[in-house]
Amino acid sequence: MPVITYREALNQALREEMARDDRVFLMGEEVAVYQGAYKVSKGLLQEFGEMRVVDTPITELGFAGVGVGAAMVGLRPIIEFMTWNFALLALDQVVNAAAKMLYMTSGQFNMPMVFRGPNGAALQLAAQHSQAWESWLAHIPGLKVVVPATPYDAKGLLKAAIRDDNPVCFLEGEMLYNTKGEVPEEEYVIPIGKAEVKREGDHVTLISHGKMVLTALQAADTLAKEGIRCEVLDLRTVRPMDVEAITASVRKTNRAVVVEEGWEVCGVGAQVVDYVQRTCFDYLDAPVLRVHQVDAPMPYAKNLEKAAKPDVPKTIAAVKQVLYLD
Amino acid sequence: MATKVMMEALSPTMEEGRLAKWLKAEGDTIANGDVLAEVETDKAIMELVARGAGVLRKRLIGDDSTAPVGQLIGVIAEADEDISALLGGAAPEATPDAKADAASEASAPVEAAAAAPTAAPAAPAAAPAEDSGRVKASPLARRMATEQGLSLSQVQGTGPGGRVVRRDVEAAASNPPAAPAPRPAASTAPTAAPASAPRATGKPAAIPVAPAMEIDGDARDVPLTQMRKTIARRLAESIGPVPTFYLTAEIDMTAVVALREQMAASGDAFKVSVNDVIMKAVAMALAKHPECNAHWLGDTIRYHARVHLGMAVATDDGLIVPVIRDADRKGLGAIGREGKELAGRARERKLKPEEYTGSTFSVSNLGMFGIDQFTAIINPPEAAILAVGATETRPVWENGAFVPKPRMRVTLSCDHRVIDGAVGARFLQTVRHLLEHPYLMLY
Repeated sequence: MPVITYREALNQALREEMARDDRVFLMGEEVAVYQGAYKVSKGLLQEFGEMRVVDTPITELGFAGVGVGAAMVGLRPIIEFMTWNFALLALDQVVNAAAKMLYMTSGQFNMPMVFRGPNGAALQLAAQHSQAWESWLAHIPGLKVVVPATPYDAKGLLKAAIRDDNPVCFLEGEMLYNTKGEVPEEEYVIPIGKAEVKREGDHVTLISHGKMVLTALQAADTLAKEGIRCEVLDLRTVRPMDVEAITASVRKTNRAVVVEEGWEVCGVGAQVVDYVQRTCFDYLDAPVLRVHQVDAPMPYAKNLEKAAKPDVPKTIAAVKQVLYLD
Repeated sequence: MATKVMMEALSPTMEEGRLAKWLKAEGDTIANGDVLAEVETDKAIMELVARGAGVLRKRLIGDDSTAPVGQLIGVIAEADEDISALLGGAAPEATPDAKADAASEASAPVEAAAAAPTAAPAAPAAAPAEDSGRVKASPLARRMATEQGLSLSQVQGTGPGGRVVRRDVEAAASNPPAAPAPRPAASTAPTAAPASAPRATGKPAAIPVAPAMEIDGDARDVPLTQMRKTIARRLAESIGPVPTFYLTAEIDMTAVVALREQMAASGDAFKVSVNDVIMKAVAMALAKHPECNAHWLGDTIRYHARVHLGMAVATDDGLIVPVIRDADRKGLGAIGREGKELAGRARERKLKPEEYTGSTFSVSNLGMFGIDQFTAIINPPEAAILAVGATETRPVWENGAFVPKPRMRVTLSCDHRVIDGAVGARFLQTVRHLLEHPYLMLY
């Protein structure tokens, strides 16, 4: 099976879906001539032309609104945000228009569109450009929020997002674009809303999504050397969340640690913990712990940024705490 | 790292303990497992052992003082370690994050940043054990204990603040009856040991995954039938928590009296008491009638394949019921010696908890007080208890004439939720038959 990057997997998904359905088009800053700020849209302008791969001005609210209008008249727009930090400017279209259109028009208008771009911190991009937004977006009824961790999931889930008749927020990761993984040549689509056990174990469940899945897997590798068997559950979609998968895993392991990129308060992990306490109360041997960014704006200084981010040592410490080994 | 010395639950029912005597002074070097003090529980005098190594830095209560279970009574730490936070009493345990932050110089400014206006306190740390009256247990441990018929108060918690967690229930279940021994210090406890090792040595260890309690061989749990549930509910409504009925039988003790005389004539080593013979007969009858060798567990009735016979012993402080394990498989001599030894230590309050828990059926004998007959109160969750009266010479109508015979009245108190009248009667019939034909006990 070919091993390709996360970036190439996204590119394949875009290309395949644009070829499959001529209503699909890509719009955003630098997506066409420059081939994408992160080269995700490489070659698409040449292949599909400027009607379907559209450069926009630096006007997030404007081009997000154009996307909403296009979706209302039957097209299937993919709106790329250079990063989700910039999408803050467009949230009125995402939250008030896209997420509510079907509801407020009594079902007359589907909103078959994807908002996508890199999410979360990269390296030393400082407070305003190092934020993970999935908990904001997942809060909104009417949106689906997909956060793939691997090239395989990125491709299969982006194809599913493009084919979905509802607005899907698709959160990638700058630090993930160069990661590699096996992606089959034949077509496949991964259903939205299904978590996946990325590693089996029976001592503790590490529940994560996006980039932090890799952190959880590294922590699990390290802990395995001490005889601690972690199960790593990749949510893949944070809304709708796969409660069944969470329940099954935690009932098996009796302990859970949630690893996420964002801040603690009202984070995705808080929702996971809520599901766990409701569905697994009698199965829990320890309070569920969370690993997350410290409750502060992301520092610019390299050492402080490292200290602020959730990482493998913090994950290991949390695992040992829920196992009463610390 | 500092180790807290807590007042521990050293008996199943202990809520507070009197620290009789410290055996270590402040400043003494302590190894993990060292006996720190003698603690008098509601049942016996027990040893309080160290759960960590270092120096006994502080004793927070004096000799002959009482503390509730879970209270901090001392601190073991390195000689130069700052233990002021622990002595603050309410100081919460640090979370790993906090520890990591404290240890990392890089993180100090982050702490400063966290103090900026955006900051809110991080994860609430575990509260110390302030509400000692309640047994703290994880929901899983609670459920497991219920399923296995263990009382949580019988299980020693090794989690934060003495929380009973899965490994503790597993340890207790694999070491029946629940004894305080399988604490981290007891490296012989197969399930507790791996968990506690890293705490003591700082080395990583495998997670304890103890085998679930195997009750298949020793007992079987039978879910209640609807009929049994209805009987249980209606009878309980009628009479109280344990709907008890009583069956009395008068047993001819001629053969037992003769047996004792013959045995005594064979030498002092063969002297047995009437009670020893009764215990043996009851144990053998229970083996034949497991329906009376049972525990009422609320949702199930547990029928025990092994006979652990409780023997009520009066002490100056009250009643205690030491247990002769596998009494049906022991000879008269063994039962006699063990019973005597247990009763002796019971009177000295030297019984270990495992010696007075786990009985499947109990016998109470007031014959030595000249009581002709009485009813004993069932010791839950047991389903029955046998009350034994004095052996007296009474006239018995036999072959057209009154004949003097040694007679003994026994009364079986039965939990009607478990034992119906005829079932109890059949058991008593067997007891009578064995006592009237004691040679059958050789079989």
